[in-house]
Amino acid sequence: MQFGIFSVGDVTTDPTTGTTPTEHERLKAMLTIAQKTEEVGLDVFATGEHHNEPFVVSSPTTLLGYVAARTEKLILSTATTLITTNDPVKIAEDFALLQHIADGRVDLMMGRGNTGPVYPWFGKDIRQGVNLAFENYALLHRLWHEDVVDWSGKFRTPLQGFTATPRPLDGVAPFVWHGSIRTPEIAEQAAYYGDGFFANNIFWPRSHFARLIQLYRERYEHYGHGTADQAYVGLGGQVFMRKNSQDAVKEFRPYFDNAPVYGHGPSLEDFTDQTPLTVGSPQQVIDKTLTFRETFGDYQRQLFLMDHAGLPLKTVLEQLDILGEEVVPVLRREFAALKPAHVPDGPTHAARVAAKAADQQPALV
Amino acid sequence: MNTRHLAVVTAGLGQPSSTRLLADRLTQATVRRLAEDGITAEVTVVELRDHAHAITDNLLTGFAAPELAAAIDAVTAADGLIAVTPIFTTSYSGLFKSFVDVLDPTALTGQPVLLAATGGTPRHSLALDYAVRPLFSYLRARPLSTTVFAASEDWGSTASELPGRIERAAGELAAEMTRAGRTVKDPWALGDSFEDLLKGV
Repeated sequence: MQFGIFSVGDVTTDPTTGTTPTEHERLKAMLTIAQKTEEVGLDVFATGEHHNEPFVVSSPTTLLGYVAARTEKLILSTATTLITTNDPVKIAEDFALLQHIADGRVDLMMGRGNTGPVYPWFGKDIRQGVNLAFENYALLHRLWHEDVVDWSGKFRTPLQGFTATPRPLDGVAPFVWHGSIRTPEIAEQAAYYGDGFFANNIFWPRSHFARLIQLYRERYEHYGHGTADQAYVGLGGQVFMRKNSQDAVKEFRPYFDNAPVYGHGPSLEDFTDQTPLTVGSPQQVIDKTLTFRETFGDYQRQLFLMDHAGLPLKTVLEQLDILGEEVVPVLRREFAALKPAHVPDGPTHAARVAAKAADQQPALV
Repeated sequence: MNTRHLAVVTAGLGQPSSTRLLADRLTQATVRRLAEDGITAEVTVVELRDHAHAITDNLLTGFAAPELAAAIDAVTAADGLIAVTPIFTTSYSGLFKSFVDVLDPTALTGQPVLLAATGGTPRHSLALDYAVRPLFSYLRARPLSTTVFAASEDWGSTASELPGRIERAAGELAAEMTRAGRTVKDPWALGDSFEDLLKGV
């Protein structure tokens, strides 16, 4: 099981102090948080991509390139990369290049984006959102798996004898997760390619994500990549912890009440009850996170949303300390003890290179 | 096994409310007409007042709290719907529209709907046809031709057309519901393989 954090890169006023970080401060804070993720023993740092305020990360590979140089083991991922409005050729090249710089520690999470206006800014039509996700990924997949590509499609100029540069490191493309909040077709797409499926699992009830993941697992088996329980599932989650749960609730409440995504809506208590959000002691986080396995089956990656809603950097770093020292070691042990042997571990570049080499061994006579 | 599911949505704000009173009259008449055709009605009444906070929360977060989710499921899966709103400032009430806004826009497709409203004076009665009917037409529901409007004076007048109109509308809804049970589309069902979806690009 891989553990990590995912950031949306929002610039939000701290409701307890009224201070708002500048874009520069927020980006520098994200770099600090990413490095801290490795220091406290987590496996993955992932960042979203946005092209509108109040979000600051428009170019994830630039940010992750810096993090790659400052870390040694951390897997770098996006959460998500916009497969609809980015040119698939540029995605193929950017992430292959990042892979070389990071010695293979690169994943990619695909998403369609969450704001309508982004489409026309990049010359696309939102009504074609799902079709753009299908066609663009079909091209991206070929650019990574075939050295020379001839291509013609509906959304992009044709390619003749094109080779995306550089080629993926060791001939193994970055592992791809398909992120979806509500679209069954995206779960189907992930299953078709034998890629991973990531459910952000933070804003909606688990019953909703359970249906999406079940669909993905069934179709993963249908397309012959393995059994349903061998499919690659990633989950989000969000937590806020203090030693005493009352302190956690008291400290987090103003951030929750004013957060752009759910503030001024349900109470913290209702939201905690209805969604995977956990605000409380490290033990409460451990207990609730372990229930994810009961709902969704054995899964490969758990990412937590930690730096959002205006929480100051100092607080986020404290949260990462608690996560790394008190929560994740227990979760690692518990999840590992429960996982059957035939269920794969979280994907790594080294393991995928080894698997590829094994595939190419001549059969023993 | 001859049963039909009837959902009733009522958006009155007071308790007791004349909107709920009208909804109950329509429900009773419809259940009786169905019974005459040998059909047992399973009725779910959704009093929007009870879900007012949850509806606002749903607008802000994008998901329904459990009780509201159950109400939405009952409404969208029903074979027929009775929708009753007070008329505020020439149109359906904001709470009524907010409830409609948290439904999936395709969830009422093909559903027979009896439209009804309450208001202070008969002058508001046309709101059913210029405001409420287009809303349900947009949703591809099947609003019945007879609508029922009850003004304050209808409740006290022996000369009121209200009882006759309730009977006529209930008869139309029962007839629609008798004809066939409604098939609800499963949003999780994928008809095509991914190869077919790709070809469709």
